[in-house]
Amino acid sequence: MLLGALLGALVNLNRSGHYIHWGFIQISVANFLVIVLMVVVFILAILLPFPRRKGGR
Amino acid sequence: MTVGTGAGNSTETGANAESRQWTARARRAAESALPPDRLLPDRQPAYMASWIYVFGVLTVVSLAWVIITGCILAVMGPSWWHVSSTGLFVNSLHLWSVESFFFFMVIHLWGKFFMAAWRGKRGLTWATGVIAFLVSVGAAFTGYLSQQNFDSQWISTQAKDGINSTGAGALWNVLNFGQMLMWHIVLLPIGVVLIAGLHILLVRRHGIVPPFAEVNEDVAAGDAGGAEVAAEPIAEPT
Repeated sequence: MLLGALLGALVNLNRSGHYIHWGFIQISVANFLVIVLMVVVFILAILLPFPRRKGGR
Repeated sequence: MTVGTGAGNSTETGANAESRQWTARARRAAESALPPDRLLPDRQPAYMASWIYVFGVLTVVSLAWVIITGCILAVMGPSWWHVSSTGLFVNSLHLWSVESFFFFMVIHLWGKFFMAAWRGKRGLTWATGVIAFLVSVGAAFTGYLSQQNFDSQWISTQAKDGINSTGAGALWNVLNFGQMLMWHIVLLPIGVVLIAGLHILLVRRHGIVPPFAEVNEDVAAGDAGGAEVAAEPIAEPT
């Protein structure tokens, strides 16, 4: 029970999804969050320093 | 194929004859385009030490997981992947490896777009990446149609009108499950793997694209430019 709760989804997926409506734009919250996450990862990949081996050039 | 009959003249004759054979010509062309140290390098330019350069290989790793889990699903069948807990797990692995494949591929695309990665005679490398992306979208779409559940029924009935409006529906019928399954597990995976493989070989052939600053410094120093910089090993990968 506890393991299932820990490994389960953060939100109840056994229901119809939420959608964002903005003019003619309609996108599910799940897809919107994935796009936001991609942008965040892209920015972090540019800004974060890459680890270098000690003594390497 | 030339078969030598002994020592001396026959060896020389054999070598000359071999040089005209298509196998020898193909071998020489392959060795010239991709010598072993360029095909499997152990050193890369120093500017590759950036997180933005890792998303290409993450995409390839995700593709490998997509193919492995897809092969398991093909062996076991829909009753297994819908009912058994192990089948549901592998089915989920297949879905999430596809999700990560597109996630990493899109970030890879953004990174290369803002680097103008088609510089230095890398136009074909860029084009094969675009084609691989488009073929992957088709592979993912036919995957949704091949789930064998209400979701796939809903997607196929919604998609048929869009496909039919293009005129392609007569040849490519999304309501034809057998046709969509064959496209998903045979034609499109072969296409994705072949194009992605060609893309990787072209990256090896021309080297990774240097940042703009690196090219400007080389131009100022009178060097040949980005393509030569990328082919020159500078630092060991970290």
